[in-house]
Order: sequence, then structure tokens, then C-alpha cells
Amino acid sequence: MTVIDAPKPVGTLVDRFQEGLDAPICLTWELTYACNLACVHCLSSSGRRDPRELSTDECKAVIDELQRMQVFYVNIGGGEPTVRKDFWELVDYATAHQVGVKFSTNGSRIDADVARRIAASDYVDVQISLDGATAEVNDHVRGAGSFATAIAAMGHLKDAGFAGFKLSVVCTRQNIGQLDDFKAIADEYGAQLRLTRLRPSGRGADVWDELHPLPEQQRALYHWLLAHGEDVLTGDSFFHLAAFGESLPGLNLCGAGRVVCLIDPVGDVYACPFAIHDSFLAGNVRSPGGFTTVWRESDLFLELRSPQTGGACNSCAHFDSCRGGCMAAKFFTGLPLDGPDPECVLGHGEQLLAARGDTVPPKPSLDHSKKKPRRLLERRPSTITLPVVQSVPDRACDESPLAGLERTPV
Amino acid sequence: MPVTAPPAPATPAPSAGAPVAGEPPFDLDGAWSLHPQVALRPESFGALAYHFGTRRLSFLKSPALHALVDSLADHATAREACAAAGVPAAQLPSYQRALATLVASDMIVPREPA
Repeated sequence: MTVIDAPKPVGTLVDRFQEGLDAPICLTWELTYACNLACVHCLSSSGRRDPRELSTDECKAVIDELQRMQVFYVNIGGGEPTVRKDFWELVDYATAHQVGVKFSTNGSRIDADVARRIAASDYVDVQISLDGATAEVNDHVRGAGSFATAIAAMGHLKDAGFAGFKLSVVCTRQNIGQLDDFKAIADEYGAQLRLTRLRPSGRGADVWDELHPLPEQQRALYHWLLAHGEDVLTGDSFFHLAAFGESLPGLNLCGAGRVVCLIDPVGDVYACPFAIHDSFLAGNVRSPGGFTTVWRESDLFLELRSPQTGGACNSCAHFDSCRGGCMAAKFFTGLPLDGPDPECVLGHGEQLLAARGDTVPPKPSLDHSKKKPRRLLERRPSTITLPVVQSVPDRACDESPLAGLERTPV
Repeated sequence: MPVTAPPAPATPAPSAGAPVAGEPPFDLDGAWSLHPQVALRPESFGALAYHFGTRRLSFLKSPALHALVDSLADHATAREACAAAGVPAAQLPSYQRALATLVASDMIVPREPA
């Protein structure tokens, strides 16, 4: 991302973004909760398709709106978006309507034919998820065989001549030591490496304590990112690390409800992809006025665009650089939204986490997991009664997570 | 959203405010146009520019720069386009630097003389 003609430090522009834009710069659109994997840290607790998911025509109506709002591109995800039988129909519809598509996939549907199809379009980009540079580290969180699947997909994309697709990695305690290896894999396949932050969102809350990077790993990550500059994408997700000193490339602000948002498979609009909870639900694209009205007029988004206070962070010399970190990370670890990030590099978050006592952090309002999520480690026995999570009607999906969905030949 | 006039453009700055170095000067007397794969979206601060080929996003941080970039193809030279967009002579160098930055990211491209 480039800022042209900034007469003053980028702060002025950031202030404009804090006030929100008439349309998002980009948005994440999760097309289905169905997934053939069951990653332990899935931010949307995906697994089973939701029978209320948007129909093909409803999706096309959303794309029409995005075109009118001049949203340049959408980041399509899931679940595994390619299991929707109308996936390619929707991709083609979007690109025919000046809405570019970047979709995230585990690679399971990227065979040689699909790779050639993607490579042939200037308006479609793809992001392969891989959370370990070795099968051992990756499959531990993404499931047996998922490393081989992702590597095979990358091989097909390379063979099809698609340079510059994205290799997307969620940074964890287990893979921070593999950053150079990830870069080597990306280079080998002609991909661009994208590193993002693990959030305690969805099933990620269950494993966050075991997976989130340790303080010294955060420092190593920070220096690695500084050394690689704009060669490595981050989705601007590490702005909490700016408190180490220098700002990292990117916007360095929380864009939730201001320049980004999430449309989930049933059309609910949330402030960001990591905040699937009623507290961050702004509306639904099926309501009168559609997505446009939700984006421009919802109480939640207007509130997010109003001046925010730093709360406990106000007195910190680094507040202007880290801006208190990630709203979702605070929320799902039970910390106040106007205080430090749980991974505050100055350690203020750790102190607050330690002081939580028996407070139970909020749980996602919806859970589409296929079964009880796999735990990495046995959890401590707890006498705390967890809040009841709304169960999702799953009649259409009882037998198979992919019920009603079939592969469309490309 | 209120539309206000932002401060006059000065030094073009890529993200994070890093200084620009090593870019060739922009030829104000050449014919230029927006790259055919670039879309502009007006914003109160200026405009967003998105290049579908390189998948890069740029922020044009003044409405005047937006108007200028949008009208490059309508004028024989960039200098003419600047005059038509009302760029004061004193600010021409800073606009020239901004245009050079846009050339470097392939947002605007030379146009064959008609």
C-alpha cells in the first residue's frame, strides 16, 4: 500500500480513516461455514454449512452493491469457500462487475485445471493457508495431510505460471522459528509470503494460551518483519508491535468498521473478521437498505468511527504507535477494549491477563464446529459454567459437512 | 462525511512516511494517462487508486491531485492538465514528485501522442 502525497506524517490520513469511509477499502466475505478441515485455531469456528447461508442470487446482489460502492476487491474466505457449488460462478460474477477477488483456501480444490483457470485471470488472486513450514508443525494445528495438500496446490499454481499468489501463515509459538523457511517455500513456488497474527477468535480462543507467540518471539518477529519490509505482507495485523520502536509497513491502525468489515455466510456484517460476536454485529445484508445501509448507518459502525479513548493506555508513550492494539484480541481474552492488547509488547496485557482471576472471556455467539474442538493440551479441570453457545440448525448438514455442496467442474 | 481541503501537497511519501529516493523526474511535457487497469474512487481526502494488475492500493491525498490524475488523458501534456486543474505554479514541483511516484507504481503510464 502506498500513500501518495502525504504532506504531513501519515497520521492525518489515519485520522481520516478513523472517521470511516463511505465504503470499505476492502472487506472479508466468508461464503460458507463448511470446511473439510478442522483447524484448531479457526477464527470463525467453521466446520458445518449453515442452512441459512446466502443463496447464489443473494450473493450476486451483494456483489452488485459492492460494485456500486466501488469496493475494489473482496477477500473471500470461509470455511473453505471453494466447496460452494456456485463458487466459480460468484467469482466470475464479481470480476465481471469490477470487483476483484482474492480467496483464501486450504488448497484441497486447487488441482491443475483450477490453477490454470486462476492463472488466466488478472482479477483473481489466491491465498494458500499454511501454518507450519514442515508437515509436523503445520498438521499439528491444521490436521493430518494438510501440509501436503497445500504444497500440492502451490505446485499446481506454479506449474500454471501464476506468479505472486499468496502463501498465508498465522504466526504461532511453534512456527515463529520457521520464518526463513516459510520465505524459502514462498520463493520456491513464486509466491508472496503473508504473515498474520493469531487471534483468540473462534476456536482460536481455545488454543490461544498454547499457540500465541511468547514475548521474545514477538521481538524476533518484529525484527524479521522490519528486515523484510514490503516484500512480506501482513494484512497490517501486527501494528501492536510498533511499540517496539519503528512502525511496520502498512496503515498501523485498527480498521474495524472504519475501513474493513466482515460479511459472514448468513449475511451478518461484523466489524472485522476476528470479531464474530453479537457485540460487533452491525446488521445483515438481507435487511432493507442492504450492506450499504449497514456500512454507512449502523449504530455500531458509527460508534467505532467516533473518537476513541485510550483508557488505561492514555498515559503510555507508545499509544500513538500501537493505538492499544487489536480490539478482538482484547475482547476474546476478557480484557477491557480501552486498555492494552493482551500481547502488549511492554507487558501491560500480561499483567491484566494475570489479574482476570476466574473471569470467563466472552465466547463466539455461533459455533459451526463439526464436533468438540480438538485440544492441543488437556485443559485444566474447571468448575466454571461456560455460557451457552447458540447451536446452529444443522439438519441439512448432518451427514456431511459438505451436504448440498458439490464440486463444480471447472 | 465533510469534504475539507487538505493541506497543500508537499513531499510524496510512500507508506510509513519513508522518504522517496531514486525515482526519475516526471516528464511534465509528456502525454500521460491512468493505467487501463486502475480504478479511482473519490474520497473526502482525495481518492483511492487500485491497480487490478499489481493489486496495489494507493492513496491520493488531495482532491486536486485526484482531479489532475483523472484528467491526464484529456490533455496533451501533464503540464496542461496541471494548469487546467488549477495547480499553482509554486506547487508544480510537488505535484511533479507525486506523479513520479504514481509512475513508479505503474498507476499512470505514458500515452502515445494522438
